[in-house]
Amino acid sequence: MAKEKKLRILVGKCGLDGHDRGAKIIARAFRDAGFEVIYTGLHQTPEMIVSTAIQEDVDAITISILSGAHNYVFPRIIELLREKGADDIPVLGGGIVPEEDIPKLQAAGVKAIFGPGTPTTVPIDWIKDHVRARSAA
Amino acid sequence: MGLAERILQGDIRAAARLMKEVDDQIPSAVQELKKLYPHTGRAYVLGITGSPGVGKSTLTDKLITAFRAEGKKVGVLAIDPTSPFTGGAILGDRIRMQSHATDPGVFIRSLATRGAMGGLSKSTNAMAHILDAMGMDIVLIETVGVGQDEVDIFKTAQTAVVVTVPGLGDDVQAIKAGILEIAHIFVVNKADREGADRTVAELTMMLDLGHYGERDWRPMIIKAEALRGVGIEDLLEAISRHRAYLSRGPGLVTHRLERARVEFLEILRDMLAGRVLEGLEAQGRLEQIIAQLAAKETDPYSVAEEVLKERLRG
Repeated sequence: MAKEKKLRILVGKCGLDGHDRGAKIIARAFRDAGFEVIYTGLHQTPEMIVSTAIQEDVDAITISILSGAHNYVFPRIIELLREKGADDIPVLGGGIVPEEDIPKLQAAGVKAIFGPGTPTTVPIDWIKDHVRARSAA
Repeated sequence: MGLAERILQGDIRAAARLMKEVDDQIPSAVQELKKLYPHTGRAYVLGITGSPGVGKSTLTDKLITAFRAEGKKVGVLAIDPTSPFTGGAILGDRIRMQSHATDPGVFIRSLATRGAMGGLSKSTNAMAHILDAMGMDIVLIETVGVGQDEVDIFKTAQTAVVVTVPGLGDDVQAIKAGILEIAHIFVVNKADREGADRTVAELTMMLDLGHYGERDWRPMIIKAEALRGVGIEDLLEAISRHRAYLSRGPGLVTHRLERARVEFLEILRDMLAGRVLEGLEAQGRLEQIIAQLAAKETDPYSVAEEVLKERLRG
């Protein structure tokens, strides 16, 4: 009972994008799935996200992005994680990302992108399937 | 190299990892804590408590800024509630402190209560030790938003700051027992709101009813508007006065003794309960007992006595 490992998931928003409804919905869904959600709020830089992820020792970083800055934000986060030796933390994205950008982001190291209309169960199941393994290793 | 050694060398990831293992109650974490314990006791622990929404996080944020300006390293433990239904939590205190996220002299950790009562989480003490061993000069603990009776912070922190706002209750609320008794410093936050002076007057009256001798610390009352940074200097001044008061008299020693006592008894209780429960659960006996109790075949007192006798023999 007490020995169960809790998954700690960062939910953040980067840059000038002020639309946090999606992030709040996913934070709430994660909470209801039994995760501990570290919610950073709006206007985070990739540096702030990475530093927070390390201090909080999160099991995954999820970034909601609707502003079009994804081609900068995601690769930069992954680059910083690598610099700090923390690239074992998976990075996931949600929001509006054009189809043609997805392969590029995946090549840069983003593990999954969840587009508009994705049921909240999909990222939750992804995290349960992929991240448990990481913390067990 | 173990986590403890890495932490003592300044490895941030190791510290963050040990905190997680402590929170998840991984048995090996205890070995690491043992190694860190001799390196603790230098940090000054400051507790910030009060009802939800009174501005604890914003105040904490401003205090971090102020301590950083003095060149001090600051560790923060920010506690939010765990859902009693799903076990999940949204830890959002950080939102107000994110301007410090990339400052290497600041380490902020969000904690969920995970079912603990009292305003802290079960692992708060151990987490404070880790921050202490990391070389933090100040450890700021922001409790979960509390009501009247969540007073555990007072056992951990050297200085307890209770934050309130105008209009929360009348003067009878102010003389009730509990949270108001533990404050070394009161902050009446959002003091631009109507009724701030009245709240200050009520608190003053409450304190006037107490009997403070020459050598006693009489709690100070500070008016603040944390969002605009108003009153932060007064608060800092009050904190350093309380700290000076403690180091002048027997306060620091008394606090250290009391903290050690509370912590030891808590750990002992946990280890005992853990050992007893482990055996019960492994054999599936717990469920049997509960079924028997529900069917009124026996009583909980007799079963508890029986189980203890069995488990503690070895």
